[in-house]
Amino acid sequence: MNKLNFLTPDKNNLYPYLYTGTVLFLLSIIIVLSNSLFNLDLIYFLPGTISFFLPLVLGFIGLHLIRIEYSGIKLLEIINKKINTNNFNALLSLLILFVIIKSLPPLLNWFIIDANFSGDSKDACSGSGACWAYIKTWFNRFMYGMYPNEEQWRINLSFVSLAFLGVVGFFATDKFKKFLTLYYVVVYPIIAFFFILFFISGGPIFFDFSYGIIAAVISIILGFFIPSKFKMYYFIIVPITLYILLKYVFFYEELIELGKLESLEWVETGAWGGLSLTFIVSFFCLIFCFPVGLFLSLGRRSDLPIIKYISIGFIEFWRGVPLITVLFMSSVMFPMFLPQDMFIDKLVRVIIAISLFEAAYVAEVIRGGLQALPKGQYDAAKSLGMGYWKLHILVILPQALKLVIPGIANTFLALVKDTPLIFVVGLLEIVGMLNLAKTNPEWLGFAMEGYVFASLVFFIICYAMSKYSYNLEQKYKTDR
Amino acid sequence: MSDKIIQIDKMNKWFGDFQVLKNINLEVEKNKKIVVCGPSGSGKSTLIRCINRLEEHQQGKIIVDGNELTEDTKDIEKIRAEVGMVFQQFNLFPHLSILDNCTLAPIWVKKLPKKDAEELALKHLERVQILDQAQKFPGQLSGGQQQRVAIARALCMEPKIMLFDEPTSALDPEMIKEVLDVMVNLANQGMTMIVVTHEMGFAKEVADEVIFMDEGMIVERAETKEFFANPKSERTKLFLSQIL
Repeated sequence: MNKLNFLTPDKNNLYPYLYTGTVLFLLSIIIVLSNSLFNLDLIYFLPGTISFFLPLVLGFIGLHLIRIEYSGIKLLEIINKKINTNNFNALLSLLILFVIIKSLPPLLNWFIIDANFSGDSKDACSGSGACWAYIKTWFNRFMYGMYPNEEQWRINLSFVSLAFLGVVGFFATDKFKKFLTLYYVVVYPIIAFFFILFFISGGPIFFDFSYGIIAAVISIILGFFIPSKFKMYYFIIVPITLYILLKYVFFYEELIELGKLESLEWVETGAWGGLSLTFIVSFFCLIFCFPVGLFLSLGRRSDLPIIKYISIGFIEFWRGVPLITVLFMSSVMFPMFLPQDMFIDKLVRVIIAISLFEAAYVAEVIRGGLQALPKGQYDAAKSLGMGYWKLHILVILPQALKLVIPGIANTFLALVKDTPLIFVVGLLEIVGMLNLAKTNPEWLGFAMEGYVFASLVFFIICYAMSKYSYNLEQKYKTDR
Repeated sequence: MSDKIIQIDKMNKWFGDFQVLKNINLEVEKNKKIVVCGPSGSGKSTLIRCINRLEEHQQGKIIVDGNELTEDTKDIEKIRAEVGMVFQQFNLFPHLSILDNCTLAPIWVKKLPKKDAEELALKHLERVQILDQAQKFPGQLSGGQQQRVAIARALCMEPKIMLFDEPTSALDPEMIKEVLDVMVNLANQGMTMIVVTHEMGFAKEVADEVIFMDEGMIVERAETKEFFANPKSERTKLFLSQIL
């Protein structure tokens, strides 16, 4: 056996070092583990400070001893490469390991082992763990707000249909691929808007529009049998005729009464809430703020002074005020400036306010991308005879938008996470409902469970968005 | 008169307070090949960028193919479609494939059907000997290949005039030749060309006339042989002695 040097472990004495190091390392883990799991202090006989740091010191020496290069042992090499490259990293690895060991058991206890899953009142929750019965009881409210229980199928139907219509694009054949952008930017939001208007809002408005919908559906079905030569005229004339016929000649409303069909009950937006409202607000704000932001960013770089200064003023104004005041103004001040008999729904006002607010941020993010492009790209496009719009749509924006995908994703995530602020105008999405449930006298004291639940929901939404944006980045990546 | 495709008359241009072009008078006849040379900062690039109005001139007149360059943007887009330009930094569109780079302007500016535009693009890509790279992206090509694509892209608009702004200055020495070969080829087919370059070999081989610029002025303009054999001004002699 060669001479052992404690400070510099080497390959010649691999096994003595390896065994000592492993034993020391495992010892440190065992001390922490027993402390955390069984509340057992193995080193109680040592003075306080030393017993606090002993596991760290033991683990540190252990990791130092097993840091031997080219040992030929696979596991050891992986450990050394990943968590034990030098003393500092070894220390960090140990600390992280200890924190996980220390915090995992209590967390598991709270979340699962001591938690109550069943029951429908506060009394069911007697243990020290989480009271998931609370979430279960209130789940319906967290999802749908004050929306009447028997009408909630309308929300489900709308969201499922919209999700279906949203996914349809991924299966489009090559023939339809070129219409996809148009579909997602124009058609899909309109469909979504009408779904929400007809099904989620319901009421008299449903029947005003339903003539149109029935007319459109009938004409589209008939449209398949019309020779393509006449299609153009057909799709202009037939729907309008049908609409008029339904409304004024056939007395459609009476038909419905005859058939004992009831119209969808009107649910005012004040009753909407919970996660479904989060989705509605986020969806429309995302859709509106992007084009507005795009035009603002182009406007700010325009050569025309009026457009330029209006854009700058707009952007700086919206970036300069807090969202919460914007929301407050939109709901309290704005109606005062409207004519007496004019009424804009609170939800609509809030969506417009948030969209404009976020549009200012989107504008600046996109401007960053525009500025990152070399001037030669403008020169090249201009020298080929492209005007302002062609130049931007064909050459500049595809490149600039690709560059700013991470920035846009940032803004969009912030937007989704800002939606709880609409509580200031009395709209209660998921966090708002949570705050309401928290103050219910029968369910006092379960704020923690509620917030954990909301965090989880937001995390799932936001993580999905961020993954999607990363996918987009990869998809549009080309070598420069 | 009719075969003068570019006429520049008493043109002046300033960048802020600094006068870059001073009293430029230049006439270019159809199918002529003109090489512009001179030390850096002498206004060569600015001059040819003025011809398709990538830079605005403040005084004087520029008439390209019978149309005067003015504020009216509609006319300028029309003129630019007739004047092809090749840049020092290639300026290909990195988000589009080579083929799409070439078909973009014909489809959207000249409103050619996609099929015709692709045929045209393939024809010109073959002309610059880069047909086999048509589906690649600009980032995957070497500098010389990129510049040849840039030439093909300009040719796809079927321009009457081609402007070259130091097309070989950003290239490695061994790639310069492949680009110059394409340009010589193009010249031999009768294209009107104005070339800003330091490649005097190219000038001797192809150019009908050489223009020497210094400090924003045209110092000397002469037939190619005459220009190299006995330059008149002292400044030209000095420049030629340094560069040759």
